[in-house]
This record gives sequence, C-alpha cells and structure tokens, in this order.
Amino acid sequence: MKKITIKRKYLAFPYAIFMLLFVLLPLALIVFYAFTNADGSISLENFINFFTDGVTFNSFLDSIWIAFITTVICFVIGFPVAYILANKKYNRNKTLFLLFLLPMWINFLLRTIATRAMFEAFGSWLDIEITFGKATTIFGMVYNFLPFMIIPIYSTLSSLDKSYTEAALDLGATPTKVITRVILPLAIPGIISGITMVFMPTLSTFVISDLLGNNLVQLLGNIINLEFTQNSWNYGSALSIILLLLMGLTMFIEKKYNNKTQTAGGRIW
Amino acid sequence: MVKKILAKGYVYLVLLFLYAPIAVLVIYSFTPAATMQWQGFSLELYQDLFNPAKSADILDALKNTLIIAGISSIISTLIGIFAAIGIYNMKNRSKEAMMTVSKIPMMNAEIVTGVSLMLLFLLFGIPFGMVTVIIAHIVFCTPYVILSIMPKLQQMDNNLYEAALDLGCTPMKALFKAVLPQIMSGIVSGFFLAFTLSIDDFVVTIFNIQGINTLSTFIYADAAKNGLTPSLRALSTMILVSVLLLLVIVNIFSHREKKSKNKAVAKTKGVKI
Repeated sequence: MKKITIKRKYLAFPYAIFMLLFVLLPLALIVFYAFTNADGSISLENFINFFTDGVTFNSFLDSIWIAFITTVICFVIGFPVAYILANKKYNRNKTLFLLFLLPMWINFLLRTIATRAMFEAFGSWLDIEITFGKATTIFGMVYNFLPFMIIPIYSTLSSLDKSYTEAALDLGATPTKVITRVILPLAIPGIISGITMVFMPTLSTFVISDLLGNNLVQLLGNIINLEFTQNSWNYGSALSIILLLLMGLTMFIEKKYNNKTQTAGGRIW
Repeated sequence: MVKKILAKGYVYLVLLFLYAPIAVLVIYSFTPAATMQWQGFSLELYQDLFNPAKSADILDALKNTLIIAGISSIISTLIGIFAAIGIYNMKNRSKEAMMTVSKIPMMNAEIVTGVSLMLLFLLFGIPFGMVTVIIAHIVFCTPYVILSIMPKLQQMDNNLYEAALDLGCTPMKALFKAVLPQIMSGIVSGFFLAFTLSIDDFVVTIFNIQGINTLSTFIYADAAKNGLTPSLRALSTMILVSVLLLLVIVNIFSHREKKSKNKAVAKTKGVKI
C-alpha cells in the first residue's frame, strides 16, 4: 500500500521543477539585479538612488497616496452597497449582487479604454475639454476596483448572525449606533480584505495611469515599466523589490487582522 | 418604505456608474465616427472588422490570443492535474511548501511576474515570441487549476481508488478510472479559469512578447498611439457579448451539474433506505 502513495506523490514532480525554474529562479534574478549595479558588482546603489533621486521617490509617494484615496473612495461607495445588498430588509434578490460581479469578467484594459471613451463622449456632448490627469486616473481606478471592495464586505455581512443587531436594538441602541458599534466591528474581516484587494492592485498598476493620466501621472508601476523598457534592469528590479515589500507589508497587516474569519478573498468564480 | 427606495436607488446608481462606460463603448460601436461623436447608426465598424484587407492586424491578434490561450490552458490543466494529485498525497511539510510556492504567482504583483520572467528568458537567450508568452501564461494559470482541483480531491472517496487496486487495476489505470472521474468538475472549471485568465492577461504578456500581438497588447499599443481605432469599439462589443454568452453557458452547465448531483445523492440515499 505504502509504495503506491509514494508513487502518487511524485506526480507533482514536473510541476515542482517548473515552478522552481519559472517562479523561484526569476524572483532570485530580480533580487540579484536589485543588489548589483550595471557592472555586475554587489552594491546598494539602486536603493540609495531610490531615496535620493527625487523623481522616483515622489512617484512612490504618489502611488501610495493615489492607492490610499482610491481605497477610501471605494470603501465610502462600496460599504453602503454591500450593506444594502446583504440586508434582507432592502434586498432579497441575488441577481443584483451578480450584476456587481459581471464587469470583472470584462478585460480590465477594455474597461479602462471604455472609461476613456466615455470621457471623450461626455466631452463632445457637453462641448468641454476633459483633461486627463490625476482625477481621471483615480476615477478609472475606482471604476476598476470597486467590485473588489464590495464582494468581501458583502460576503461577511451576509453571513452575519442577525440576532446581534436585534439584541442591540432590543437593548436600546439607535440604528446608527447599531451600524457603528455592532455591524462595522463584525464586518472588519471583510473590510480589511476589501481594502487589501483594492489597495494592492492600485499600487502596482501602470495601465490605468497610462491610459487615463496622459503621462501626467507616474506611479511606481509606470516607473518599473519604464526602467525595464529602457533596459535599466538593476534599478527596475530594485523598484520591484520595493513594490513587493510594500505589498508584503499590506498582506501582513491583513493577515494579522484577518486570521480569525476567512472571507471570500481572491477570485469568486 | 422611503428608506427602501432610497437604498435601492443608491445601489442602482452605483450599478449605473459601473455599466456606463461599457454602454458608451457599445453604443458608439454602431456609428462610424473616428472620434467619439455620433454620426448616425451604421454597421460599418463591424464590416471593417471582418474585412481582412482592413483589419488584418486585429484578426491576427485575435488568432494569436486564441492559440496562446488554448495551448497554455491545456498544458496548465495537464500539469495541474498531476500536480494536484501529487500534492494531495504529500506529507504535511512538503504539501505546505508546494502550496506556498503555488501562491506566489497568485499573490505577486503582475508586473513583477512579468519582468522577472523577462529577465529569465533574457538570461537563457530564449527569443521572445509566442513560446515565451505561452510559458508565462502557464506560470500564472497552473496554480489556479490546482486550486480548483484540490477541493474535489479532498471530497473524493479514497476507497474507490483502493478498491480499483484491489480489483486488479494498475495504479495508472486506477488513477484514470477511479480518481479522474471524481475530480472532473474541478478539472473542467480549472481549464476554463486558465483559459479566461490567459485571454484576459495584458501585464505579464507585454513584457514577454515580441514581433507578434495578442488582442490586449494590440489594443494597448493602439490606444496609447492615437486613441482607439474605431473598429476596436466593434471588437470590444463582440468580446463583451461573447463573455456574457460564455457566462450564461457556464452557469447553465454548473446548474445542471448541481441538479444531477442532487439527483445522485437522492438516489444513493434511496438505496440505503
């Protein structure tokens, strides 16, 4: 019997080799390039450049700032949506929630182009010049990532035990107090995973800022893209590592808050 | 009551926000204007799209996209099946290590996955083209295949495999006859997931492609160059419609599967009684 289990285990062998070659080795290459300079000798030059070269550091701060604003806007718009959809008093219809999932099936490049097309169409209807820049970029980001905020909050709220809110109401809490003191704290796991699911992709994207920012918005992703297209691999790798560290930090915070309840993170389908 | 109307109204308003850009794109696919100005209803853009003389690049990109998605999803499904069965039969430690490595391409920033593979191909001197794109797609698709097969393995009745062995099957035959049928639904959904992920991808692709275009890279280059080529509005609309159709089909498929599963459960229960 034992022989067979040993044999079945080895079926994963090709996969292990594949991952070693195409996932771990490439990441090792990134680390290698990040800590070497153009001559190939080990140095911290790239990281020092990152902090001293004003342009990159500014775009780093800009990325965090734009990701932050996008996340806040997504939360402010998305939480009420999730709350209403999950609340049987307002909505018993499951298809309404599915309508929020549907746009995620459309290629995000197409969605971003559609946003641009919409701005251009509005411009020609209202006969005004729409300037593409930071505001349109943030619009595009909110548009793209809003469902990622709504989905986890919705799934936490809809699995919430109704008796908590009833008990709070029975004990004399006002409806607003029920939301701030009972529902919000219980929804924290969903909120945290919603925040990470919006914050992380906005940090690393370069497509949305490219198409909706007209080169006025240079995010970390844009700079990494630029460095690699200009064959400056060392600096680009260092920036990739900084991006990964930032995402790792976000994930660490998420895990810390979220280790109790598992909500529907990642892809729903 | 007022509150309910307000609440619903708010939800519909947000939905409007989500669908407005798509609606604009679809509506303007029926007018021939080069910029976003309405010039009367016409199917000109659709005719242009299917005119090989006018849209050779687009049709070529479409063909490449389908070839890449087809090959990479088939290969990642094959690797994924064996990997999932293998990982499922591992001891705790190595199982955990394999699952952690599998999560890297899922968690990693797409741009980092893209550039890191680019560095690898440059190091090995592999020329960029369809092969590099396919390899890159297999990298980020396979973990999703494994993840959709894993739960089916955990639900699987292990006795069937052992019974097959006892009744004289070779391990390979037992795998095909007793294990594969039980995890088939996971394999199918994993395959579709890989296919859609591959079709959808832009960021990883753009760093590992040269000389050819997929739809994403074509659309991106086009939009970055001079605004959108009008016939791409028609193409976008058609992609939208096919995605919708695919979703409906998948939904019907999974609905049926659920139904037949319920029936099967009812049957076995009936037998027991």
